[in-house]
Amino acid sequence: MSTSTDHGRPDPSAQGRDAAPVSDRGDTVCVIGAGASGLTAIKNLREHGFGVDCYERETGVGGAWNWRHDRSPVYASTHLLSSKPFTQFPDFPMPDSWPDYPHHSQLLSYFERYADHFDLRSHIWFGTEVVRVEPAEGDRWDVTTRSTGGYGPERTSRYAAVLIANGHNWSPKLPRYEGLEEFRGEIMHASSYKDPAQLRGKRVLVVGAGNTGCDIAVEAAQQASRCWHSSRRGYWYAPKYVFGRPADQVNDALLALRVPLRVRQWLYHWTLRLTVGDLTRFGLPKPDHRVYETHPIANSQLVYYVGHGAIGPVPDVARFHPYAVELTDGREIDPEVVIFATGYLPRFEFLGASVFADSAGAGRPTLWLNAFTPGHPTLAVAGLLQPDSGMFTLAHWQTVLFARVLQARRDRPERAAAFAQRVRERAGERYSGQVKESSRHWFEVGHADYLRAVQRALLDLEAK
Amino acid sequence: MSELRIMRGREWARPVRPARREVLSAVPEVEEGRPPLLFVPGFGHGAWAFAEHWLGHAASRGFPAFAMSLRGHGASEPAPEATLRAYAHDVVQVAAGLPRQAVLVGHGAGALVVAHALARYPARGAVLVAPVFGGWGVLGAALRRNPAGTLPAVFGGPLRLNRGQLFSRELPDEEARRYVGRLGRAGRRAQWALLGEPAAEPAVGAPPVLVMGSPDDRVVPSSTLTRVARRYGSAPLLFPGMGHDLMLDARWVEPIDAILDWLEKEPAAH
Repeated sequence: MSTSTDHGRPDPSAQGRDAAPVSDRGDTVCVIGAGASGLTAIKNLREHGFGVDCYERETGVGGAWNWRHDRSPVYASTHLLSSKPFTQFPDFPMPDSWPDYPHHSQLLSYFERYADHFDLRSHIWFGTEVVRVEPAEGDRWDVTTRSTGGYGPERTSRYAAVLIANGHNWSPKLPRYEGLEEFRGEIMHASSYKDPAQLRGKRVLVVGAGNTGCDIAVEAAQQASRCWHSSRRGYWYAPKYVFGRPADQVNDALLALRVPLRVRQWLYHWTLRLTVGDLTRFGLPKPDHRVYETHPIANSQLVYYVGHGAIGPVPDVARFHPYAVELTDGREIDPEVVIFATGYLPRFEFLGASVFADSAGAGRPTLWLNAFTPGHPTLAVAGLLQPDSGMFTLAHWQTVLFARVLQARRDRPERAAAFAQRVRERAGERYSGQVKESSRHWFEVGHADYLRAVQRALLDLEAK
Repeated sequence: MSELRIMRGREWARPVRPARREVLSAVPEVEEGRPPLLFVPGFGHGAWAFAEHWLGHAASRGFPAFAMSLRGHGASEPAPEATLRAYAHDVVQVAAGLPRQAVLVGHGAGALVVAHALARYPARGAVLVAPVFGGWGVLGAALRRNPAGTLPAVFGGPLRLNRGQLFSRELPDEEARRYVGRLGRAGRRAQWALLGEPAAEPAVGAPPVLVMGSPDDRVVPSSTLTRVARRYGSAPLLFPGMGHDLMLDARWVEPIDAILDWLEKEPAAH
C-alpha cells in the first residue's frame, strides 16, 4: 500500500484562507462520503492509479444503508425496489443465495464485503466531516475537515480533484401546511420512522405516495388501529413480480429489444389492468399521467391492503386543526400520528454557492450527466440520481468516467479539454422521458438512457 | 475483443440461474497478506485436478488457494444445458465471495471462461494456462489427434480427451489412466460455443495477464498460445516437454512455481 493514506507534512509554501497551513496531497483525489457511491469511487479511482483520501462523518461504511448512522433513512422492513441484477455493482455480484429483492441489512453487509474485498477502508478517514471545499489555483481544491460533531481543530488539505458522494436522502423535505403548529398529535418525517412498533394500535395518517410512503402505509395497515394514506395525485402501483419474474427484468427484456416507449406504456397499462385492476374502484384517484412519467412505485401490497379495507386512500391535506386534519375534499379525519413521507432534498453545505451555479440555492445544481460541473473540471458528484432502477451501477460508471477524465487531463489534455467543453454545452441535460415537474423528479433518470449517455461519453473520451 | 458495453439489458433481464458449486481450498497456516488464487479447470476437469498438486503447493508458498468446479463438473450441480455465460457467472460468484481481490487462474477452456469472467470482475491478475479459446483450428487439431473422441462432440455428444493429448510420456501410465478416468464433460451448448471463438469483452480494472503453455501440447497449438498472449500484450511462457494438463503432468511443479514467482514480482498483483 502506498503512502496515500498518511497526511503529508504541512507545506509551508501553501497558505490557505486565514493563512492556516495547507498540506499538499499532490495528485490524491478527495472523496466525500463512504456510502455506496463513495465506496465505488474509491475503488475505481484506485483502480485507475489515483491515491484517495475519503472522509466519512460516520464510523462505518454504507452511508444511508447503514441503519446505525443517524442520517440513515432505512426502516426495519426496508427492502430493495430493484431486483439483484439491477442493484449490484456491475463488477461485484451479490451472492446467488440472496433473494431477488434483498433486505437492507443484506445490502449493508454487501457494502462491508465490497470495502474489505477491495481493501478500501485503509483509504477512509472515519468520524471526519468536511466543513469546506474551496477552489484553489490550478483547478485544485482545498478541503477543510474536522472531527464529526465539531470537536478538535480543523485541518485543510489540497487535492487534485474532489468527488462529492454525500448522498441526497438525508435532509428531510417537509411541506408547509396551515395549522401544522397547532396540531396536538405526533408528527414525524419518514426519516425518523424506524419500526412498525411505533404505529401499533394508533390511528395513523401517512402523507405521500412515494415508495417509502407506500411501504409505511402497508406496515400501518398491519399494525395501526386505522390507516389513512394521503396522496396528491393518482399513481401507478406496479407489482414487484409480473409473469412470475421480477418486474424490472421483464421491463429490461423489452428495453433490450428496443421496444418504443409508447408501446411499452401500452403493454404496461394492459398488464396492470389484467393483474392489479382498476384502481378507482378501490377509491384511489385515477393517475393523471402515463406510466414512466413519474418515478415508478414498486409495491405489490398496497392495493392488497386497500382492498382489505386496512388502508383508506384520501386526497391531499388542506390544513391541520388541533385534533383533526382537514382534507381537500372537505372531510375531516382524526389521526394520532402523522408521518410525512415527503422525500428529501440534497444539500451541499460545505460548498460555496458559486461553485454549482445553483442561483436559487435550492440544492439543484446544473450538471452534465448529473455529475460534472461546468467550469470545474476536477469536481464531480456521484449518486445524485433518482433512477427508475438500481443506483449503484450508475454510480459505478459515473466514477469510472471521472477517473478516466482525470487520467486524460494528465495523458491527453486535448481530450480532457474537449470533455470540459461538452460539460459546459450540455449541462442540465435530462435522461428520462417526459416527467412531471416537481422536486421529486429533479434527478429522475431512465437507467437505459442514462447508461447509454455515459457509455457514449466514455467512448468519446477514449476515441483515437 | 468486443467493445465496452455498460447497458446490459439482455443480461439483466435474464440472470443466470444459480447452481450449487464445489470449491476446494488450501490456505497457508499464517496469513501473509498475499492475494488468494482461484483455479478454474477446463471442460471435463473438476476442482480435483488442482487439488492433486497445485493447491497444496501454492498454500505452502503462502498463497491462499481455491479451486472450483464449473457447474456440471466435479461435485458441482449437474447442468447439461450450461452455457459459457453460466460458467463465467460461476467464476465471478466464487471470486467475489473470497475475502480479498483474487487472481484468476484458468486452464484449457477454463482460461476462456476466465477471460469472460474478467469482463465482470476486476481480478488482481489472471493466468491463462494452455488456453483453449476455440475456433476451427483447435477443432482441426483435436480431430487429427483423436477423431473418435472429438467427433461426437461436434454433434452434441461428450468430448473425450485421451492420454496422449493430455500428458507427456514422463507421467506413469497408471496415474495418467486414473486422471483420464475422472474426466467428465461440459454442456453441449458450451462445447459448441467453442467453435464460434466467442470474443470476450475487455477486462475490467486492467489486470496483468500471464499466458503459459507447452509447445508440445497436443490440444493447444503454439500459434494459439502466441495469439492469446499477444491479445494481452505479452509473449507466452513455455514449458517444453509437457502435455496439455500442466497441473497434473510429471513436472507440475515448474509451471506453478513460475506463476507464484510472477505474482511475487508483478507490482500490480499485490
